[in-house]
Amino acid sequence: MNKHLLSMHDLTAEDVIRILDTAESFREVGTRVIKKVPALRGRTVVNFFLENSTRTRISFELAAKRLSADVINFSASGSSVSKGESLKDTALTLQAMGADAVVIRHSSSGSPHQLTKWISGSVINAGDGTHEHPTQALLDLYTMREKLGRLEGLRVAILGDVLHSRVARSLSFGLVKMGAEVTLVGPPTLIPPDASAWGVQESYDIESVLPKLDVCYVLRVQKERQRLEYFPSVREYSRLFGLTTGRVGLLPEGALIMHPGPMNRGVEIDSDVADLPSSMIEEQVTNGIAIRMSLLYLLLGGSGGGEEPTDE
Amino acid sequence: MSDQILIRGARVMDPATGRDETTDVLVGGGVIAGLGQGLAAEGAEVLDAAGLIVAPGLVDLHTHLREPGEEHKETIATGTRAAAVGGYTAVSSMANTDPVTDHAAIVAEIREKAAQAGLADVFPVGAITKGLEGESLAEMGEMVAAGVRVFSDDGRAVPTARMLRNALTYARAFPIEVVIADHCEEPSLVERGQMHEGVNSYSLGLAGRPAEAEEIMVARDIAVARLTGGRIHICHLSAARAVALVRQAKADGVRITAEVTPHHLTFTDEDLLTYDTNFKMHPPLRSADDRAALAAGLADGTIDAVATDHAPHAVEEKESEFDLSPPGTIGLETALAAVLTHAVAPGHVTLMRALEAMTSAPARILGAEGHGGPIETGRPANLVVFDPNEEWLVQAPFASKARNCAFLGKRLTGRVRYTMLRGDLTVLDGKATR
Repeated sequence: MNKHLLSMHDLTAEDVIRILDTAESFREVGTRVIKKVPALRGRTVVNFFLENSTRTRISFELAAKRLSADVINFSASGSSVSKGESLKDTALTLQAMGADAVVIRHSSSGSPHQLTKWISGSVINAGDGTHEHPTQALLDLYTMREKLGRLEGLRVAILGDVLHSRVARSLSFGLVKMGAEVTLVGPPTLIPPDASAWGVQESYDIESVLPKLDVCYVLRVQKERQRLEYFPSVREYSRLFGLTTGRVGLLPEGALIMHPGPMNRGVEIDSDVADLPSSMIEEQVTNGIAIRMSLLYLLLGGSGGGEEPTDE
Repeated sequence: MSDQILIRGARVMDPATGRDETTDVLVGGGVIAGLGQGLAAEGAEVLDAAGLIVAPGLVDLHTHLREPGEEHKETIATGTRAAAVGGYTAVSSMANTDPVTDHAAIVAEIREKAAQAGLADVFPVGAITKGLEGESLAEMGEMVAAGVRVFSDDGRAVPTARMLRNALTYARAFPIEVVIADHCEEPSLVERGQMHEGVNSYSLGLAGRPAEAEEIMVARDIAVARLTGGRIHICHLSAARAVALVRQAKADGVRITAEVTPHHLTFTDEDLLTYDTNFKMHPPLRSADDRAALAAGLADGTIDAVATDHAPHAVEEKESEFDLSPPGTIGLETALAAVLTHAVAPGHVTLMRALEAMTSAPARILGAEGHGGPIETGRPANLVVFDPNEEWLVQAPFASKARNCAFLGKRLTGRVRYTMLRGDLTVLDGKATR
């Protein structure tokens, strides 16, 4: 495996399977009374979050702590970055502190790539601008495989603002890598024009796509896109492209509904749909911790491979 | 030191006359004192130039010297030193200084500082609109009187067709030819854009600046130039369709010229895959097809000149996040080698055509008298002597204050050995003399 995880393109299909399999064994740790293993004792993980994201940060923090790593949270408010220090200077500070891994969330695409120039430890992309969010894709792949038993041949629609979604990029690249069939669905203004180059299909007609799916993956739609003329109104967006109560019945029996959160209930997904038993939204969160444990373990400590977590 | 210099045994290439022969060049009193085989000059300093090429000193249509206002990025002294090291004897400084070069006093100040540095002649470009704000015409007449020949709001397009129409029409009032140079990117299509729009921008999650943004503005500018009979110059062409538009406009008799940068002739949007901010520039690096069209346009004369768009920035500015990094690459010190390596060596353009595009053609557009050749007895000795075969690694430090160079870490072939400004060596053995 690569030293860093910047993009799903950094992983082979074998890497993905190894991460998912390792997560499987770590998930059991979360069900214990003492939710902790000593795998990364003495290692330092820095959560370097320059964009607000409570859920991803907490998920990484819990994952690192359950592996017994020392965790430092370095976020924008109150840090030197908010005082005008450059990304490079902050990175050099983290480097000087001996970070073994830096988990970075940043509003600028490519920041994790840039960080690798200045940091000798592993860099993990926890979401960069409109580029990628690979650990979200991994936890989504984990959830799909767990519930449906496979990834190859799965028919998945990614619904919404694909153009600006880092989740959609990572998930598309990951699903295609694992042999799934991906269809991007949304208003044409929010679907990249060259999507076929990613090996995916595209459609603007949600109702023709839903009956053929194993997974309907709904993206958050930012209301500010309306101001930028990508679609006329939230109301029309919901009517044409939302996963509504009236439409959800078109999904085949057993198909999953997924969403990376946070949701705009009533915009891209109706409230009742989000709360259906086939909605995996809470499972996704739970699986996120196991996936991030797996990744930290494999990047920082698991180079020997195959080592099972042990009790402390 | 003797006041005479004999350049012995070089291949003299002079695009202005088509001369291409191995001969000696004697320089004295600031001018070319003699040309011929086996010239003897008692007491002259002799530069053994066997295997080297002598050409007119290079002329750049598009340089950001940053002074006044942004001296932390570059100064007139460091910028003209970079120019000299790159073989240039004349550069035109863009108007986006602070305060903006939109009145005669700034023009005079820039000229004065350049003269003090004495490394290259600087021809300031005046702003088309006051403060580059696109709202009212700058006092062009006053700047023309101060010697300005080219006007540009470079960095942004002239915002409305009406403003461009008025600038082109008003410029006809002057007894000499005044050129309106436009940065052609349709603003609403490139708002927040970081790179060429295409499959790479979608995958990298960077907002795009589509080629069509350039195409639209070039088409507009051609139409307005035709409407007014005005003299338009298109800065840094980057898109294949825009090259085709200029080619057709020339065939139609529109008074239009165009330039291309060495980096657009060399790189493509594939070079951005690691988010290296040295590859961020406006207009952006485009596809391989666009790059091929630029080389073809340079070869057939559709594109008149190679211009550097030398855009220095401080290290810390370029080491920021990609979307926060200012656009631009420095280029004066690498331009000749880049053109030799990436346009001449692969056979896209001849060496003579490349030199024409870097000497006589830009000198004519700029009205830079005494620059760009011809290399003839009695003419000012503004010359470059370069080794067409020396391979070198581009690395910091540069003569420029900046080091945001797209060619950093690349090997190029062709290196300047001597540059001479009115007979005075500004570069000796590849190093600036002051």
